[in-house]
Amino acid sequence: MATIKIDGKQFEVDPTDNLLKVALSKGFDLPYFCWHPELHSVGACRQCAVKQYKNEDDTQGQIVMACMTPASDGGCFSIEDKEASDFRAQVIEWLMINHPHDCPVCEEGGECHLQDMTLMTGHTRRRYRGPKRTHRNQELGPFINHEMNRCIACYRCVRYYRDYADGDDLRVLGSHSNVYFGREADGAFNSEFSGNLVEVCPTGVFTDKTLGAHYNRKWDMQNAPGICTHCSLGCNTSPGSRQGILKRIQNRYHGEINHYFLCDRGRFGAGFVNREDRPRQPLVRADNGVLEPQDMDVMLASLKSVLAEAKGLVGIGSPRASLEDNFALRHLVGADNFHNGMSGPESHASLAALALLQEHAGRLPTLRDVESCDAVFVLGEDVTQFAPRLALSLRQAVRNEHHVLAEAANIPKWHARAVRDEGQHFYSPLFMAVPAATRLDDVATELFHLRPARIAELGFAVAAILDDAAPMPANIDEQTRTHAETIANALKTAKKPLVVAGTSLGSEAVLTAAGNVMRALESVHDDAGLFVTLNEANSLGMAMMSDRDVDHAFEAITSRRADTLIVMQNDLYERAQHGKVDAAIKAAKNLIVLDHSMTATIAKADYVLPAGSFAEADGTLVNNEGRAQRFFQVFIPEAPLQEGWRWCADLNRAIGKPVDWYGMDDLIDAIEAACPQFAGIKTAAPSTSFRKAGMRFPRSPHRYSGRTALYANVDVRERRPEVDVDSALAYSMEGYHGSDQPPALMAYAWAPGWDSNQAAITRFQDEVGGHLKGGDPGTRLLKVDANVPDYAPAEPKLVEGWQAIPRYHIFGSESQSAKAPAIQQRMPRAWFTLNEAGAKALGLAAADTLRLTIDGEIHALPVTIDPSLPDKTIGVPVGAHGLMGVRLPAAVSP
Amino acid sequence: MEKVLTKNIRDNREPMTIGEYEQAGGWEAYKKALHEMKPTEVAGLVKEAGLRGRGGAGFPTGVKWSFMPRFEENPEKRPAHVYLVVNADEMEPGTFKDRLLMEGDPHQLIEAMAIASYAIGADIAYVFIRGEYTECQRKLQRAIDEAMEAGYLGQDILGTGFNLKMYLHMSAGRYICGEESALLSALEGRRAVPRHKPPFPAASGLFGQPTTVNNVETICNVPHIVKNGAEWYKSLGLHKDGGTKIFGASGHVARPGLVELPLGTKLSDLLDHFGGVRGGRKLKALLPGGGSTPLLTDEHLNTPMDYEGVGAVGSRLGTGTMVVIDDQTPIVGVLKNLEHFYAQESCGWCTPCRDGLPWVERILTNLEAGHGKPGDIELLDLHVKLLGPGKTFCAHAPGAMGPLESGLKYFRDELAALIPPEADTLDLTQPANAASNN
Repeated sequence: MATIKIDGKQFEVDPTDNLLKVALSKGFDLPYFCWHPELHSVGACRQCAVKQYKNEDDTQGQIVMACMTPASDGGCFSIEDKEASDFRAQVIEWLMINHPHDCPVCEEGGECHLQDMTLMTGHTRRRYRGPKRTHRNQELGPFINHEMNRCIACYRCVRYYRDYADGDDLRVLGSHSNVYFGREADGAFNSEFSGNLVEVCPTGVFTDKTLGAHYNRKWDMQNAPGICTHCSLGCNTSPGSRQGILKRIQNRYHGEINHYFLCDRGRFGAGFVNREDRPRQPLVRADNGVLEPQDMDVMLASLKSVLAEAKGLVGIGSPRASLEDNFALRHLVGADNFHNGMSGPESHASLAALALLQEHAGRLPTLRDVESCDAVFVLGEDVTQFAPRLALSLRQAVRNEHHVLAEAANIPKWHARAVRDEGQHFYSPLFMAVPAATRLDDVATELFHLRPARIAELGFAVAAILDDAAPMPANIDEQTRTHAETIANALKTAKKPLVVAGTSLGSEAVLTAAGNVMRALESVHDDAGLFVTLNEANSLGMAMMSDRDVDHAFEAITSRRADTLIVMQNDLYERAQHGKVDAAIKAAKNLIVLDHSMTATIAKADYVLPAGSFAEADGTLVNNEGRAQRFFQVFIPEAPLQEGWRWCADLNRAIGKPVDWYGMDDLIDAIEAACPQFAGIKTAAPSTSFRKAGMRFPRSPHRYSGRTALYANVDVRERRPEVDVDSALAYSMEGYHGSDQPPALMAYAWAPGWDSNQAAITRFQDEVGGHLKGGDPGTRLLKVDANVPDYAPAEPKLVEGWQAIPRYHIFGSESQSAKAPAIQQRMPRAWFTLNEAGAKALGLAAADTLRLTIDGEIHALPVTIDPSLPDKTIGVPVGAHGLMGVRLPAAVSP
Repeated sequence: MEKVLTKNIRDNREPMTIGEYEQAGGWEAYKKALHEMKPTEVAGLVKEAGLRGRGGAGFPTGVKWSFMPRFEENPEKRPAHVYLVVNADEMEPGTFKDRLLMEGDPHQLIEAMAIASYAIGADIAYVFIRGEYTECQRKLQRAIDEAMEAGYLGQDILGTGFNLKMYLHMSAGRYICGEESALLSALEGRRAVPRHKPPFPAASGLFGQPTTVNNVETICNVPHIVKNGAEWYKSLGLHKDGGTKIFGASGHVARPGLVELPLGTKLSDLLDHFGGVRGGRKLKALLPGGGSTPLLTDEHLNTPMDYEGVGAVGSRLGTGTMVVIDDQTPIVGVLKNLEHFYAQESCGWCTPCRDGLPWVERILTNLEAGHGKPGDIELLDLHVKLLGPGKTFCAHAPGAMGPLESGLKYFRDELAALIPPEADTLDLTQPANAASNN
């Protein structure tokens, strides 16, 4: 620790930090632009100027940039000093020379860091008399709007996009007072993380186009703490709405998961909530075969008789729905008749992942921890498309070598440019055993393009080399052994090695192999970590809730043990082959679907109940590290649309199975009572009755305008704010606001003087870029199990002939986001992919159509050549843009 | 006076071939260094000679070399490469001395680089040449090829185990590339944006490796120092600073050009070498060593032209190539042209330079066009103060303020008189954060 003085006050600080970070952490209002907690210091904008004194007797001092000044022991600084504050005001005056001052029509207005900093410095008067330079804007695709005239050239965008996210199609062009931040030509950004530019840009150059399409001000939004539902990582989001329309997704800082950044699927994938074609009324299939709206009471009455007459109920839950919605269905149909909603292979893989996570529950790094791992072995997962935010963290992990080199050269860790200059292309080891090229390959040490069984084989071999007690797969070739030795050596010699595996390939063998690697690594290393990715937002939660998958459900129906199928927020056609689903639906006397989006299953349903999406419901999701996290209703949907669990409660009551869940608290108690594996979910967020100073917590910031006029077309009297019976949040801008509010109930980030999301959050962190005050939200459910099982036998079950394997795409492979208009514009064409030799063997050229039979069903798609694929391997695009319900990997004979 | 740097230069003839150069005593210093001296001894000699950087900043070369990490004791710690980079990006307004050395005697530079590389332990040497200097490039490349063939470059040179590769790199053409850390960025293929120091290039330079950057003229002194010793070198100067200097003049002089003279030659004598002010006019002002050195006037004609002497009268020796301005020239035009150049050549990285310099240029443009307003002079004063060292990222903007500050000092009345009396009286002198009254 070091002792420094700022404006006469003494502080204990970390001398390896820079003064700006320290000052912000200690609560000073010191303006800045080019610095960012994750991008660190480059000293470009000169905004954070302060006075540095040689010692306490020095009255002269000199101006230094706080971001480039170490907080060394004995340091003596002044922020208030007149020369320093005049200089900061002058920097704003310079920046404003060419800024268009178009705040009234700028999407950033109200959450603009430039506005905040301008006010903070006190600059009010313009002395420059000349014309402003102007730029042409670019068309940057469906996500991001470009307005270059607003640019103040802080270089944050390129530093984030190029240096942090390793993108290459956003660059600085031009020079002097005519620098231009854009692409070489119009077009959407290549990076999966481009949306963060919206928040990284301190002003309105890069803004959210999906918000712009139905724009309103930040202060007119009603927000809620959200959890992203588009993959298993559980990034925290802050969805904003107005008048029942979901306007945008913003990042919600979580010190252990996503911190400042989201992926583009998470940020732009929520548009499905606003779709016109969503079921918003109960629907019943009329005699003419058409789904027709039905009155809620009539519907409940008819469902009452349907359920009463049913010869057995079968409930199919969903890994994209909350524990609450799933549990409510489970209660309705009975635990034994409830199914986890995953396909067979998906369920098996998820259960294997769960077992793996349980076994290593003490060694599960958070997503944030991943960034400090200095050797990584990825088994099977194309994380860039399957769990995208993880790819961004892995990109930071490989740069640990930069920090090692920088430290050796006495370069402080915050000196971003010098660290990169010193680090150059020296990366920490990242080994990826994956079926084909990924968008993380540029930072990989070595790539092994293998089929799933071969990936498992390599994993088993790595384990066997790490620990003699681990079994070596039979007959491995010399090359595999050499690769395994390289990997094992890198893992063993690292400070913090990491194993990444997951369910994307649907291969239990890969997960088993990852388990052996972990076990072997643990025997030689104290700080080994395991990171497992799963298919969907609640895949792990559903694996914990039930081990029965949709195959069991179909079997129950087709074998006539039951005749009524109730589906919660799931499209069965995503879970099994078309024919199989058709047969099950045909065999079922009644198909009742509760969902928020129009699906192929709804098209076959007899009864449809409109269930709330994440924006219209509260719920708990269990992410890939076993962390239960609560998301909250963003806005109250128009009746009769309601939460899935409320429909189930209604149905339970209708069939005389009274439940006492009147609010989320009751339901969560019921879940904990019925399912001990979920003990602790209650603590994921404060209960409904929680208050601070007697107050709830606001969903809207000050001054939410139009409150008295918003519904004047309905009723001129001012509405009473709705009372939230499910959470301690208020549908209001009134309530408790302070840096000590529980982080799980923080609907938006704002602090006096700090209106932008990325800067305001500073006031809620224990230190800048650290944990949230009061602890990062969520409760980890997996407990360390003392029983360490033996090594699994090394039997990867190699496949000789042609094999079809799944290939994911960030835009398309996740079904909810695939219904968002912005994402749809970015969905790729569907192709079968295979290597050149494969195409030649099949007599195919690029763009020819391949008819491929998978599980008895024929699928025809054009082919494209991917030279990275192993021989005799066909990549199958899975998801809305490709094929749904196919079970992969599968042996095929093209 | 003894010619040192220019003695091999033959007017209007191709430069010496390697054979001619050897005959003139060339490459002897290199052999002496390699065979008879340890690298640290060469570096020590240069330090002792007091050689100072001729690129403008005047930093002692031997001291700069002493920052380089040494690996003689522990060769296992030696990084992949150690670099010498010669800054031949001669873009300072009014400066053309390095061009003469490269076009006139390329072998001198190659030999100098080879000795310097030996002294600092470099195994790769780059010459970063201004893009327009195609003639220099042609001649240097030929000299490098000849030296390579003669065994002065390459592997195990002269059987000493010393290895050196040498490359030319043509600049894509920005003034800021002459700033040594921006030069390194450009050489790495990135935007020519300066780097923050520390770390200094000696610790983390080109491609993150130990690097020394020297100016062409500076380094050309090295063979002569090695050959003739430090005392000889010091004796060449007339005052404290040793050695000769290639002085130059352009602008309103009778005979613009270059001349090699001892450091410390009196300014008036120097002017005489170029035939004095053109057309019998009087001297109004001059930039003593390039566009970024503060102006001197006829008050300063007795100034000895060396680092100390010019520093004492509030300017800098800079590159030693002066731009002379006669008494018929309005100073506002001079300043405007200079500030236009610096505004245009800003790399755009830091705010004060990127946005402050164009503002300065605009004020001067307004003054020249008769559109000045009260407060304009004070705004110029403000920029002189706020674009000073430490406030901007590198020395570019402080350099640009050199002529402006001196212009305001010596010609304030001339500038103030440009503001038309009928100009409105809006008070623009308040600081930028003063409460608005309109």
